[in-house]
Amino acid sequence: MEGVKYTGIPSAEELANCPGRPSEERMKKGRVACVECVQEIPCNPCEGICPFHAITVGDQITNLPHLDESKCTGCGLCVANCPGLAIFVVDKSLDGGQGTVDFPFEYLPLPQKGDEVDAVGRDGQFVCKGTVMAVTKAKNYGGTAVVRLKVPVEYVDQVRSMKRLPRDVG
Amino acid sequence: MKIKEVDVAVVGAGSAGLSAAYQAASAGAKVLVLDENHRPGGQLFKQIHKFFGSRAHQAGTRGFVIGQHLLDRVQESGAEVWLDTLVYGMQKDCALGVIHEGQHWVVKAKKVIVATGAKENYLAFPGSTLPGVMGAGAAQTMINVNRVLPGQRVLMLGSGNVGLIVSYQLMQAGAEVVALVEAAPNIGGYGVHAGKIRRAGVPVYVSHTIKEIRGKDQVEQVEIVQVDSKFQPVPGTEQVFDVDTVCLAVGLNPMTELIWMAGCEFCFIPAFGGHVPLHDENMETTVPGLYVAGDVTGVEEASSAMEEGNLAGVSAAQALGLLTQEEAEAKKGEIRARLDILRSGMFGEKRRTAKLSQLKSMEEYQLKKGGAV
Amino acid sequence: MRIVEHPILDELDTSKKVTIYCDGQPIEALEGEPVASALMNAGIRSFRTTQKRKEKRGIFCAIGRCTDCMMIVDGVPNTRTCVTIVRDGMQVKTQEGLGSFEEKKGEDK
Repeated sequence: MEGVKYTGIPSAEELANCPGRPSEERMKKGRVACVECVQEIPCNPCEGICPFHAITVGDQITNLPHLDESKCTGCGLCVANCPGLAIFVVDKSLDGGQGTVDFPFEYLPLPQKGDEVDAVGRDGQFVCKGTVMAVTKAKNYGGTAVVRLKVPVEYVDQVRSMKRLPRDVG
Repeated sequence: MKIKEVDVAVVGAGSAGLSAAYQAASAGAKVLVLDENHRPGGQLFKQIHKFFGSRAHQAGTRGFVIGQHLLDRVQESGAEVWLDTLVYGMQKDCALGVIHEGQHWVVKAKKVIVATGAKENYLAFPGSTLPGVMGAGAAQTMINVNRVLPGQRVLMLGSGNVGLIVSYQLMQAGAEVVALVEAAPNIGGYGVHAGKIRRAGVPVYVSHTIKEIRGKDQVEQVEIVQVDSKFQPVPGTEQVFDVDTVCLAVGLNPMTELIWMAGCEFCFIPAFGGHVPLHDENMETTVPGLYVAGDVTGVEEASSAMEEGNLAGVSAAQALGLLTQEEAEAKKGEIRARLDILRSGMFGEKRRTAKLSQLKSMEEYQLKKGGAV
Repeated sequence: MRIVEHPILDELDTSKKVTIYCDGQPIEALEGEPVASALMNAGIRSFRTTQKRKEKRGIFCAIGRCTDCMMIVDGVPNTRTCVTIVRDGMQVKTQEGLGSFEEKKGEDK
């Protein structure tokens, strides 16, 4: 069966009905948050953290977050602060058929800027190669790192993370 | 045998107990917190993910950071904390039998708040007793508190938030999670937690269970099998994984031993993990002066436990006359509103219903008792 | 295996070490940690055998509730190693069945 309840992956329908996702036109204009929160859980840090009041949950904190794409600047503060790691920043405005996806990444080792890595989708499967444009771990990120990957623009809607890099523990 | 007399004794220095101690002590009560462990904080310090809820619940802050704030507040409040201290019994008058620094003590408190938490459920199947099979919470303690990896290749059974979160944290610690298996046809926990492990490439097998774990002296292999709508294995659907560790995330049950001893009335609520004590809206049980808070009242999660602790602490202080009715009701109103929010939405509904039925059982008990008198 | 570096938690302080002995073998442990985690770090997973069927058992709950990790610690049987903190020179023994205090008495003589 399809859907986040059965697979952990939001279905195409769930994503289409999700009030936190920006329009195609907005993504083509530049960086914008993409809030892939499709279940009514009691949670609203995204609303409070946004400096531009672009995300609204409301008094009933189980409401799905609503994105006002005209207010969003794509700053990415919400990406690091969503407890569910369900917010991404996407950008389809780059030249040469390229785009970027920012996603939270809480594993070691962190990639380095310039690395070529395996970009993966919501199911963790390989989508395409991506180039690491930035790795940010700001003070107000609460320990979460955010990785920005450049990928061909046709994969921006699919890429949501990267394959973990080999690690030696201890 | 030594005797210690205090206003409020709190058993358990976890999310609920520390919150209760803070509230009672800041209202001016002489508070003693007793905990068997070497460190305070209960299970808060192994929660390294960011909490949900609203800002009033410190949402977005990681559990261990919330734990440290709570500890600091308790210290400032003047509550005394006895660690490495075993509470082995409670009399009907709520006097506590305690072993502290090798000596027997009787702790006599005007009000006792029991916040003993919950323990993990076990599940029996062939091979389930082999070394390498452990509770998901145990693995979480090992990786996040003791900082030791329990294994390299792990299979997780159970898709509630504990199973999902611990799978994620095992990967953060450097282990590989080969699969997450769930007997129900759907994932039990939050979709966003499941999403994290899916993006990390962990397959989720709903309508599956463990058939057998094999290994000579420890876990070497696990065989899973699909189950039908009646949870019966479907022959021919077996799959085998080479693993060294299997984690069981199959629920928790309240640790109610002490309050049974005190003679509390109980009711049975499966959604809360089994037998839970009757309590009123102030967290007071059927034994006057005995309060409960947190998972011992029914398994929920850390934020709810902290709020129930706050409620019990304020109520105990009010009963001692340390808060005016006005002050206490204002505080309790805020706490109850925060609890309501935590018990809302598609995932909170079950807990809200369970809590209502628990409170209703208490009302019925009081009516019956009132009638008898 | 020790988790020294972690993506969220601070780097583990491994400077304060003690030595415990498991069935006579020296094992390096970190000050303040429970016996069970030191053994797990050393790759030891079997802590005791059951009384009737002599089956091996290890850690299950790690918070002192299930009693599956009981061993003979400094001569005291049925010690829950997951909530017993290491001490330099501590003697830990695999417990067969219910264990006994006999060795402790022997040491006292």
